[in-house]
Amino acid sequence: MKEVISSNQAVSNAVRLCRPQVIAAYPITPQSSVVEMIANFCTNGDLQAKFITVESEHSAMAACIAASATGARTFTATSSQGLALMHELLHYASGLRLPIVMANVNRALAAPFNIKADLSDSLSQRDTGWIQFYCESGQEVFDTIIQSYAISEQVLLPVMVNLEGFILSHTYEIVDIPKQKEVDSFLPLAQPRHCLDVEDPVLIGGTTDLYINFRYKLHQAMEAATMACKEIDTQFQRNFDRGYGVIQPYHCEDSDIMIVTAGTIAGTCRAVTDQYRKSGLNIGVLRIRLFRPFPKDQICQVLAGAKKVAVIDRDFSPGCGGVIAQEVKSAIQGLRYPIPVYEYIAGLGGQDVTDDTIKTIINHTNNTQEPEGCTWIGLLR
Amino acid sequence: MKGQYRMKDMPVTAISFLTTEGNETGDWRSQRPLLDSEKCNRCGLCWMYCPDNAIRPEQDSFKILYTYCKGCGICAKECPRGAISMVTEERK
Amino acid sequence: MDRPTQMKFPIPEEEFVYPGHTACPGCGVVLAMRYALKALGAKTIMVIPPGCSGPISGAFPFSALKIPVLRVAFETTAISASGIRAALEVMGKKEINVLAWGGDGATFDIGLQALSAAAERNDDIIYVCCDNEAYMNTGIQRSSATPKGAWTTTTPGSKDVPKKDIVRIMAAHRVPYIATASVGYPMDLIKKIKKARDTSGTRFILIFTPCPIGWRYSPELTIRVAKLATETGIFPLYEIENGVRYCLNRARSKRPLEEYISLQGRFRNLDEQGLQEIEERVKNNWEYLIRMAGEASSAEKNV
Repeated sequence: MKEVISSNQAVSNAVRLCRPQVIAAYPITPQSSVVEMIANFCTNGDLQAKFITVESEHSAMAACIAASATGARTFTATSSQGLALMHELLHYASGLRLPIVMANVNRALAAPFNIKADLSDSLSQRDTGWIQFYCESGQEVFDTIIQSYAISEQVLLPVMVNLEGFILSHTYEIVDIPKQKEVDSFLPLAQPRHCLDVEDPVLIGGTTDLYINFRYKLHQAMEAATMACKEIDTQFQRNFDRGYGVIQPYHCEDSDIMIVTAGTIAGTCRAVTDQYRKSGLNIGVLRIRLFRPFPKDQICQVLAGAKKVAVIDRDFSPGCGGVIAQEVKSAIQGLRYPIPVYEYIAGLGGQDVTDDTIKTIINHTNNTQEPEGCTWIGLLR
Repeated sequence: MKGQYRMKDMPVTAISFLTTEGNETGDWRSQRPLLDSEKCNRCGLCWMYCPDNAIRPEQDSFKILYTYCKGCGICAKECPRGAISMVTEERK
Repeated sequence: MDRPTQMKFPIPEEEFVYPGHTACPGCGVVLAMRYALKALGAKTIMVIPPGCSGPISGAFPFSALKIPVLRVAFETTAISASGIRAALEVMGKKEINVLAWGGDGATFDIGLQALSAAAERNDDIIYVCCDNEAYMNTGIQRSSATPKGAWTTTTPGSKDVPKKDIVRIMAAHRVPYIATASVGYPMDLIKKIKKARDTSGTRFILIFTPCPIGWRYSPELTIRVAKLATETGIFPLYEIENGVRYCLNRARSKRPLEEYISLQGRFRNLDEQGLQEIEERVKNNWEYLIRMAGEASSAEKNV
């Protein structure tokens, strides 16, 4: 049934339909309403889960790890500072190969404080072994949460679903919410896996000199995850008539300049692309939906035909520029013909990325012969 | 670490599937307890106080397991009958 | 001599700690593990953070424990236990003890926030703190459980501030059951763990676990040192119900503090004044406990 809801409401409703058993979360703007809605669902019985009102995000993730290790389906949500506080435990969760799903409402990292959209919080966690999705609409957030449970329980890796603070979290859109039984038939009951069981006692998480072998197993799981994400998306499409793929190309088959980005900026890019195409400049937009594992092959296939690539990063890694730009450059460095990659930093701290911003970027890419390092859009003079 | 393991036998993460019983900590010790069964009244205190599970009930007496005994000397110290004495461990 | 003697088992027979573990000779922590698990039995899930208990529990692929164990990150002992309990409840698995097993570092210091939160929520866990009065596993660095006057590697002269009173902190949370126990009194310890087992809500047990290496005494003295701590009044044995009802298990004996202090090399730098301060503090604490127990005279002798 179609409802007009915010992406935070989309998160909570999707979670409710996925029947998690243990939820532990701590509020942080702009995620707080997720926590409140879930508390409501648990209290009025719409969701039969144990909700632990923890005292910090570090404890929220710890609770999910422990509950998941006991065999329960779990959920948590956070943003920026909270995600950063969880950092050591993000490694812990993936290292123990636990199927945890977390919604992260992208927000800038302090200092200085800024509570608006910025992808640096989750992108700076890219080494923690979590599968990462970046969504651009309430519907996609909703659907991706459901897909994430299927993915995480199949590959035994935790999944982070990212949505931009305020731009998505607090914006109301039409979201088609399926019935409980439709979600139940898509999402199987979790497969039995290693867990804490008095009938079959084991020690989970012991010290080991065979560490490198477990990292290799994690690597193998990540490698297999791209295919799992695609297949589960395809299956989702069969059940619900909606699919997204791991990347979303727009007019890339015949474009000279391809813009690569993640999140809601892609939507603005597509609108501007249409305008430019009318006036004869062949622009394409490639939205990266699955960021970890980085879908190198799919991205290379799309970008191989470009004359120039412009990457727009709503994030920044000091000392090396935009994270998506680095990943794209690394992915395409094996292509037969080198393609110049123009790097742009825009929209940090929720600064608005408008049609004009994109036009500036396109014009700059078009008119500049060689890329000149990182170009920052929207700075004070 | 002893034992050859193959990648395919490894669980997805460090989940222990053996016990420490294969680890013979007896070779740690520099002194060993000797139990005089004449003096022993089977009170069980040595068994109770041993941190290493190296004293076991066997039939109708307590027996010291030298495979595991680390030679800490608590049993000798706590025996109310003085039935246990510590002597220097000898190595061949 | 031909008198037939009966085999005696002062405490339950079944073992839940395997031999072959790598605890130091004379270790108090592993003794506490043996006793606590005898009291709780096989239907127990244990949470172990970094600390001595970690390596003692066994390196992959070995385990020294006959029950399921989750090794957790340092700050998270209490909340991990709460997470396990939440999962068990939702999954309909009843009558399983969830045992959080932290050292003094994990409890008094890095994990205090999570412990306080679990206690405030009255989460249904048994939290045991093995107190060896320093960060022993990393090499004897001071913790807030280290007594004033003790040498540690980070207080190479002696620690200049007194030990944190974790029991008062837990009592302030009004949890259903708190007890202090000691490896010097295994039967009392087991009785208290069983009492905890039969209560619900957050239960906190502080176990005194001497450490020969960190306290600088010869390993055979572990039980002796533990008993002296209680007899001289430094580590009283008592229970608190709901944060308000105190029960002293054992009166303070007349043994002078020196008998306890003189056995340990870590108090080598303690001078006469330092000793007097300790005596003063022990005396004040006893007066406080007696007042809280509501009895001016003799305490119950349960040991």
